[in-house]
Amino acid sequence: MAASKFEVPELKGYTTIPLLQKGASANIKSFLANEKIQEDLGFPGELVEDWHDKAIEKMGELLGKYRGLRVFMDACVHCGACTDKCHYYLGTRDPKNMPVARQDLMRQVYRRYFTFAGKFFPKLVGARDLTREVLDDWYSYYYQCSECRRCSVYCPYGIDTAEVTMAGREILDSVGMGQKYTNEILGKVHRIGNNLGLPGPALVDTLEGLEEDIEADTGFAVKLPIDVKGAEVLLITPSADFFSEPHVESLIGYAKVFHAAGISWTLSSMSSEAGNFGMFIGNYEQMHKVALRIRQAALELGVKRIVVGECGHAWRVAYSFWNTLIGVGAGADDPFAKMLQKQLDPRYPQPAHICEVTYDLLQQGAIKMDKEANDHRIITFHDSCNVARGSNMGGIPGGQFILPREIIKSVANHFYDMAPETVFEGTFCCGGGGGLLTDDLMELRVKGAMPRMNALKSVVDTHQVNFMATICAICKAQFTKVLPYYEFEMSMVGGVHQLVSSAIRLDPNK
Amino acid sequence: MAIEINGKTYDTDEEGYLTDLSQWDEDVAKVLAAEEKVEMTDNHWEVINFLREYYNEFQIAPAVRVLTKAIGKKLGPDKGNNKYLYELFPYGPAKQACKIGGLPKPTGCI
Repeated sequence: MAASKFEVPELKGYTTIPLLQKGASANIKSFLANEKIQEDLGFPGELVEDWHDKAIEKMGELLGKYRGLRVFMDACVHCGACTDKCHYYLGTRDPKNMPVARQDLMRQVYRRYFTFAGKFFPKLVGARDLTREVLDDWYSYYYQCSECRRCSVYCPYGIDTAEVTMAGREILDSVGMGQKYTNEILGKVHRIGNNLGLPGPALVDTLEGLEEDIEADTGFAVKLPIDVKGAEVLLITPSADFFSEPHVESLIGYAKVFHAAGISWTLSSMSSEAGNFGMFIGNYEQMHKVALRIRQAALELGVKRIVVGECGHAWRVAYSFWNTLIGVGAGADDPFAKMLQKQLDPRYPQPAHICEVTYDLLQQGAIKMDKEANDHRIITFHDSCNVARGSNMGGIPGGQFILPREIIKSVANHFYDMAPETVFEGTFCCGGGGGLLTDDLMELRVKGAMPRMNALKSVVDTHQVNFMATICAICKAQFTKVLPYYEFEMSMVGGVHQLVSSAIRLDPNK
Repeated sequence: MAIEINGKTYDTDEEGYLTDLSQWDEDVAKVLAAEEKVEMTDNHWEVINFLREYYNEFQIAPAVRVLTKAIGKKLGPDKGNNKYLYELFPYGPAKQACKIGGLPKPTGCI
């Protein structure tokens, strides 16, 4: 592979706390969104003249609206428990990537404008004016946080750094400083229906091709139905599942599960995206607008269940926010939400994760596996941050960790977990989450992946692991890109349902 | 940003993708390929031509599976796979081949 323009960290098989290097990642900045991208979302096209007053006003609005944010601003005692928990700090050595320091970029401004002591004695309490330099720091470092919330697990006050990052991005958007990657994608969802900008006819053509492939491979006519009215299940999956390797292997896996279990299902060409980047930029209106497409599709197609494919943050949005956003679950009380609540079958969890569906079918004995089909694979599992720290599965404590692993063990014979401090709720981000999966942040992505790569190296060395399964489109894309930097094969990463796809019996008579 | 070849100016965005797709021609493709350190062979051109045909029909680059299948049909089954496409376009067929072919960059979780 081509020589990189930055130093790739050396892997030792475990991660140690690095020496500080001031400003080490100050030069890493993602591209700003242009005028058109910004205005499509209703944000100012460029930095507004009165950005200072507008930013403080917005901050005041958010502090009033989100009580958590005010608590997070006030509660930190600078104990330092979070300092060495961030993969970007561990990978870049930049002290501003310590979670406490990244939060303090906002906290110092909060103190100056919103606390008595900071208004009158700023120097005594570390308060600071919002200068252009501070604003630029916000842009740099709030887009060097993947909102993975690992630091929050170790914070004795439970401060959720992701909420601070989201607020930072929301304020930046409101004064005209948006990020190209996330905001361009949000525009595409509104215009076309998915992050990729994959129009309906292309999607139909792609699915037909996949049906041919599956039949050629297996001899069974497994279907990938789209826009089928009256289907039982609406599958909402990341659009990368239609487009990329290894993502598409999991899509084939979901199709085989529905086929083998005899469940009628459909995709929607109008609502062909699980991802919701509205959460990444902390903008409730965007998150709501993206989610509304799913409700519209569910109502139009008359489905009884909504199932979410392998997408980390989508599952957090679905599990934690769909109830009040669109009425999947109780909470929202507008007429369409009520209509949807009546339409969905109460005997199933709404929404359900595809892992819940598959696990349940395995428990019932409704689908059968030939585990030997995965004997060439020695497997580990990478917990994706938004699933691990923002959701649940199966309605049992820790179900989001248990179900994917139980599925893997049901479809394969060789499974080894990575080091305990790097999995479950302590999982390390892949390095590309939260709206950072863009080429202009490649240095950050490679360095931020280092803790995960160390943990992987350890199980590769001790157990000869050759496959890292995950249930997130961002993780899959990120690892495909960064594994080669660390001299691993890019094909080592894949989906849980890719493994299911290899092992599942399609013949109903066996 | 812009590229100039024989008096003709091609506008590009901050990532080096052409902003006006109709401006694309083989001359600018060669320059874009050189910037990506890709040496264009007949097989590279097969990929680029297929991408452009597909884009004209569907307004999006083909999914990786669609592309590998089409290339397998054109260049032989041993070349119809992701690995071969990465040999041609080491930074990834989706992004690098789109850039050289003058198509917009695919976005999303890819």
